[in-house]
Amino acid sequence: MVRYILQRLLLIPVLLVLFSIMVFALVQAPPGDYLTTYIATLSASGSSMDQAQVDALEKQFGLDQPVHVQYWRWMQSLARGELGLSLEYQRPNSELIGERLGLTIALALAAFVFTWVVAIPIGIYSATHRNSILDYLITVINYTGVAIPNFMLALILMWLAYAYFDVSITGLFSREFEQAPWSFAKFIDLLKHIWLPMIVIGVAGTARLTRVMRANLIDELNKPYMVSGRARGLSEWQLVMKYPVRLAINPLASTIGWYLPELFSGSLIVATVMNLQNIGPLLLRSLTNQDMYLAGSILLIYCALAIVGTLISDILLAWVDPRIRMEKS
Amino acid sequence: MDSKEEPNELPILENPDHPDLAEVDGVVPVPPTLPVESASATEELLVANQEEERISIASNWTLVWWRFRKNKLAVLSGLILIFLVIIVLVPEFFATMDPEDTDARLAFIPIQSVHWIDEGRLKPWVPGVVGKRDPVTLKMIWTVDESEKVYIKLFAEGYSYKILGLIDSNLHLIGAADPEQAGKVFLLGTDRLGRDQWSRLAYATRISMTIGMISVGVSIVLGLILGGISGYFGGWPDMVIQRLIELLQSLPTIPIWLALTAALPRTWSPEKVFFAITIILALRGWTTLAREVRGRFLSLREEDFVLAAELAGCSQARIILVHMIPTFTSHIIATSTLAIPVMIVTETSLSFLGLGLRPPAISWGVMLQEAQNIQTLALAPWLLLPGVVVIVAVLVFNLVGDGLRDAADPYSN
Repeated sequence: MVRYILQRLLLIPVLLVLFSIMVFALVQAPPGDYLTTYIATLSASGSSMDQAQVDALEKQFGLDQPVHVQYWRWMQSLARGELGLSLEYQRPNSELIGERLGLTIALALAAFVFTWVVAIPIGIYSATHRNSILDYLITVINYTGVAIPNFMLALILMWLAYAYFDVSITGLFSREFEQAPWSFAKFIDLLKHIWLPMIVIGVAGTARLTRVMRANLIDELNKPYMVSGRARGLSEWQLVMKYPVRLAINPLASTIGWYLPELFSGSLIVATVMNLQNIGPLLLRSLTNQDMYLAGSILLIYCALAIVGTLISDILLAWVDPRIRMEKS
Repeated sequence: MDSKEEPNELPILENPDHPDLAEVDGVVPVPPTLPVESASATEELLVANQEEERISIASNWTLVWWRFRKNKLAVLSGLILIFLVIIVLVPEFFATMDPEDTDARLAFIPIQSVHWIDEGRLKPWVPGVVGKRDPVTLKMIWTVDESEKVYIKLFAEGYSYKILGLIDSNLHLIGAADPEQAGKVFLLGTDRLGRDQWSRLAYATRISMTIGMISVGVSIVLGLILGGISGYFGGWPDMVIQRLIELLQSLPTIPIWLALTAALPRTWSPEKVFFAITIILALRGWTTLAREVRGRFLSLREEDFVLAAELAGCSQARIILVHMIPTFTSHIIATSTLAIPVMIVTETSLSFLGLGLRPPAISWGVMLQEAQNIQTLALAPWLLLPGVVVIVAVLVFNLVGDGLRDAADPYSN
């Protein structure tokens, strides 16, 4: 087990280097660079920049260097943990991202907990009360839940809240806390706001997980050990909770591998729609403005989150299922 | 084929002590092989035998169809899907006016309600609208003018277009009975620029659906080739392709897609962007399919019929194309059907963020871009309608896909 985890951990730097090359190629790909975009915006608003200034900025950001040198500079700053300098904000990227990374992870984890807490009991109910009215209703909700793109759900909820209750449900903080330093009151304020985006982001996953849970459990419920348990006089509750539920949950651990990364990156669009201060909108803005070091760093963080998510799920899977543990060691 | 796949219901063997035992989901227990006691039982057995015979000579596709047919929800979804595909082929026929017709004076007209009866007869009409500016907010307020009746009819004449770019036509599914009044029918309201939502939805359906289907098509080709190589030949190509798949699958999809689409030059024409996006979507889409194909090839390689084909001197291409692939075509179709909605949602999301398709291209996502602003939404909630169409499309693709998947697997419950 330990060896298995160590192997996986050793693979992470290799993957990250591969991803960093891919990511850098991507943010480099659009024609022009931040300065050309910036100058275009300036001239659109009627002002301009003289050539000497342009040259100086170019030199400062290393935009006059060949691509591999630029990549190397970025890697060097990454190794120092600085993530480079944002061209647009003129601030270190690590600061810009750091402010928002916590919220990104918090939101994803909240959605994750929501998914499991809701999906497992509903899945169990659905499987044990198969073909009941409630089961049909759950199935219908599940299909719709999977079909609604999460940004669409966000839009509909925002519209309903605005049109019928006259409240704006965007953002993660009330206005007075937006710029405030962290405090207990701010944390409480966050809790008051985070539940809605949490549900919006978690709905599709919940629907899918419920379906998988239901199907897995139904398979288990038909096994002979259920008959034998019943014959021994176990109560229905004990019988279901003790064996089949445990067996049905095991394979779900493997879904964490794709679900956690999906939550991290899936919150991106919802965050843009609902104006949540996580790294999603920052990425979007940096991509459109060709703020390449910032965009590259955020993309790399998404990659890292995806890798960590997969790793957690693999470890969990090996932990809950001895068969996999034996195979890997 | 044994009797388990029989499409018609067989008498279920009830167990009086454990009624729940017989209620196994979808599994029809083996027919009773009790000693024949009465004439009716013999008859029943005879009918069952005839059924069995019918099944044993049915082709694989017939069996799949029989199983699919039993799933009523999937059949209904299939019909809706066919309807959507018809819209894809001739959106012009469904549109009432040119989707690019802008008239800022006609902005944000609400959905017109269709009245069916006029003067005691079935003669559908929509009321005209009169716009007035609010003197304080300068907001245009549209009031329904019941006195002005714009009669509508099916198969009305309207602007001319070419069916599939070949045949000239000016026939439309629905439109003003009097061609003079064609510019007064806004069945689903208008947007910020006074463009007709109904007509734009028809055109958007074409673009969004084709993006989904083409990118899945590209995924199928890539997945079949690479998955096939991986599973059939094994060795180092398998190794390389598997690592590539793992690498691609561990990428965070949405951010990478955003970066890829942001990298498309702004100067590209809508057609170029369209194809670039289908390729981008397919870049990761093929990996799931390739894995499945590889698994199939790995298990099929050991089958006797493949060995027999080899011994009979078939070429490798023939073995793969004629003997192996047909055994899992139904699976590929099911998997692809389930992949299309994912592509559609992704395209919609990207376009919604302004990084996918861009106007003048019309897709569901591009239309939803108009609904980004909460104030606009409060003013004109009908701008959310393209989203409803997205949900319906995704739903029917999922239901048809699920139905196909269940039907394609004779061993599933």
